[in-house]
Amino acid sequence: MMSHLPALQVVVPLLSAPICVLLGRGRFAYGFTLAISWVAFVISGLLLQAVVQGGAISYQLGGWAPPWGIELRVDLVNAYVLLIVSAIGALVMTYAKPSVDREIGAEQEYLFYTGYLLCLAGLLGVTITGDAFNIFVFFEVSSLASYMLISLGPNRRALTASFNYLIFGTIGATFFLIGVGLLYQMTGTLNIADLAERVAPLTGTRTVQAAFVFMVVGLALKAALFPLHAWLPNSYAYAPSVVTIFLAATATKVSIYVLIRTIFTIFGVEFSFGTMSLGPLLFILAIAAMLLGSTVAIFQDDIKRMLAWSSVAQIGYMVLGLAFATVNGVAGGILHLFNHALIKAALFMAMGCVFYRMGSVRIEAMAGIGKRMPWTTAAFVAGGLALIGVPLTTGFVSKWYLLLASVESGMWWIALFILISSLLAIIYVWRVVEAAYFMPSPDGAPEGEAPLLMLIPTWVLIIANVYFGMDTRVSVGVAVDAAKALLGGGS
Amino acid sequence: MSHHLVVRVVSKLLIPYILLFGLYVQFHGDFGPGGGFQAGVIFASAFILYALVHGLNNARKVLPDHWVRIGVALGLIIYAGTGVISLFLGRNFLDYDVLSQNPVSGQHLGIFAVEFGVGLTVASVMVAIFFAFAGRGHKIDEMEG
Repeated sequence: MMSHLPALQVVVPLLSAPICVLLGRGRFAYGFTLAISWVAFVISGLLLQAVVQGGAISYQLGGWAPPWGIELRVDLVNAYVLLIVSAIGALVMTYAKPSVDREIGAEQEYLFYTGYLLCLAGLLGVTITGDAFNIFVFFEVSSLASYMLISLGPNRRALTASFNYLIFGTIGATFFLIGVGLLYQMTGTLNIADLAERVAPLTGTRTVQAAFVFMVVGLALKAALFPLHAWLPNSYAYAPSVVTIFLAATATKVSIYVLIRTIFTIFGVEFSFGTMSLGPLLFILAIAAMLLGSTVAIFQDDIKRMLAWSSVAQIGYMVLGLAFATVNGVAGGILHLFNHALIKAALFMAMGCVFYRMGSVRIEAMAGIGKRMPWTTAAFVAGGLALIGVPLTTGFVSKWYLLLASVESGMWWIALFILISSLLAIIYVWRVVEAAYFMPSPDGAPEGEAPLLMLIPTWVLIIANVYFGMDTRVSVGVAVDAAKALLGGGS
Repeated sequence: MSHHLVVRVVSKLLIPYILLFGLYVQFHGDFGPGGGFQAGVIFASAFILYALVHGLNNARKVLPDHWVRIGVALGLIIYAGTGVISLFLGRNFLDYDVLSQNPVSGQHLGIFAVEFGVGLTVASVMVAIFFAFAGRGHKIDEMEG
């Protein structure tokens, strides 16, 4: 079965989704989904190990050889992303039970878990496939599932947020598809490795240039890169807590991964940054995202919304890393993909705990919460420190690599923007800390901590944040190797 | 729509043929034009016609909601399950060569099963979407006055 791991990575969650529908109401749906999430995590762990030891793995679906058939291709870059997505998925599901019981009606719970499994299968599929059209298909699988998941939010505004996301997400996916179509027209192939070879001699043509523009714009929309981030804050703010945690930590990351693949693998550095001069554009958008996202976050009274705006800023950091197109820069970007997934998942999990007890995540609800929910608040503070980028946390490591890249490229002034954005992060994290520890609890505020089942995964992530902030061998090692592979052209 | 005698009689006459045509498009899809998507829509249109003429409640008696839901799930299970069978027979996912004695009839059998899964899911989803839209707000019977 070991040689079938790439297929199983997608097939297991995909096949589990309809089984989950058949299981129906009752306790089975949750236990089943939990088990499948952990199985997916184990598979991705084994895949990463196999890739680190033996190089890239290619799997032919249906036994049809690429470039004619569909190929699943796992190399260092996407094995790393697969691990992020499935690890977050496994932790989120471990955390989910009490939160879902509270926020989603018992009638709809099994459909919620089905949607989650489809979303997971879609995200893993986008990451693992070596076929450009397949990416679009799996994008739709995950997106359609996430529109449904967001619309289950406790507030009725979740419906409009979900509809907005549907419109934007569809435009993004369509743009990507138009790009893929143009490339197919020029090269007659959809296999990514094959595309990379065949696109190179055609880079002078308008069609390929148009394809590049369509794909980058579509993916920027999917990844919520400024100024195409409009769908993100409301979707994250109004979705059920569990969905926010999962999507914030995985969905935009997977889009960034596809962006990396498109820029570096399909089109190559020379074309993307030379002919199409993508560099300056990405620098401007990334820095604008960092400053604007962090600034707007300061003025949010809904903490989930605040964290969502902070995500817009953090996506700026990732894209900033890509914009350097140097080993340290791209490694910093990929590293931040991993680190930000850990940080944001931990922060949103803490907010899920608060919502579980308080029924609100507005700043007023935070008043005096430090005394009543000490563990949750401490987790939020620790996560906030990582978000700011305090040394010994994950946030510091990725920012360090971005700083290195900016000094190396002779663009030290970019370090200034990283610093400003981090200072802004201090302000918005401080607002919550101030309310939590220095404001008196209102009379009759609910007492008590969140259930242990929710606290433990939250703290596992916090500990992971500190651990990967100190022991950077695995995370940085893989990210640097992945960046070298990407910039070296091919795998 | 109880007073539209002609419509009721004609629809009753048509529905079996629509179902039959759906099955034809489904199972003849590997020799001629057709396949699971088209067949599923045609098959579902028979149920939708029945619901339009005889009312949503009667249609729901013919095809209860939970059966529709099972149909949606079962189609995907058949599709992916076919792939998993070839996994268990020692080949790659969705490699139908091993499903029968020789590769050609294996491929034939595989496509047959996969398309059946597609047809089942598409038909069930079409009915589910129609029931969902028709089921909210006004009942179809009331709209006809």
